[in-house]
Amino acid sequence: MELPFFYLFAAGIVGASLLMVTRANVIHAALSLVLVFLFMAGLFVLAGAEFLAGVQILIYAGGIMVLYLFSIMLMNVGVAVRLRQWHRQSALAFLAAALLALEVWVVLWKVSLPAGKAWPWQLGQTPGNVEALGMVLYTKFLFPFEVASVLLLAAMIGAIVLAKRQITR
Amino acid sequence: MVPLTHYLALGAILFLIGAAGVLMRRNAIMILLSIELMLNSVNVTLVGFARQWADLTGQVFAIFIIAVAACEAAVGLAILIAINRDRSLVNVDEINLLKW
Repeated sequence: MELPFFYLFAAGIVGASLLMVTRANVIHAALSLVLVFLFMAGLFVLAGAEFLAGVQILIYAGGIMVLYLFSIMLMNVGVAVRLRQWHRQSALAFLAAALLALEVWVVLWKVSLPAGKAWPWQLGQTPGNVEALGMVLYTKFLFPFEVASVLLLAAMIGAIVLAKRQITR
Repeated sequence: MVPLTHYLALGAILFLIGAAGVLMRRNAIMILLSIELMLNSVNVTLVGFARQWADLTGQVFAIFIIAVAACEAAVGLAILIAINRDRSLVNVDEINLLKW
């Protein structure tokens, strides 16, 4: 029963992301990306990453995409819809992407992966995914966690400094 | 159980769609959105590995990637707003002041 749902979510993700890349209007593209994130949250639940699925919806679809939409409203992007959407070198860029696709396909085809372990986790089991993740995050990965908080603070200050109006004294 | 190769293939396809978007689109906001898609494709790969080897390290890394994506979105959008206020441009091939 797991595989059909995986294909359903994967088809949704790929379709919505193709829709996202080809839109001329930026708002439409951002809303398609929200759809990608929602499908991806379903995929994460399927893969046993419940906490990440929640984070995906709360932080990505709820936080980051709202930031994008508000920033789009601050800029005048209405003109850009009527302009040419693709680069002058986009044929060359497509060639580069196709070459990258070939490389990835060769690597995926050549590599032989060892058999996986049985996942000890099941839905509704205690301690669940969130407890286990918190246990790992606050013991083994405490230092990277603190570094990430410093990084977020630096990015916040940088964003405020970059986007604020110049104050004339 | 879904085989690991399915997760890897899905991550690769998403990464390629994002990379093509970054390379081919003119609109700067579209480039940032495509970068978000590429970061998410890495999350799919990490979650697939975490599933395969029953190890939570992959999911912890995915959380760090989400933190980095939030930083990138904030700083990138701030730069775009600053450029847009100054010169009213959103297309990357018109922002060529430092181009030689």
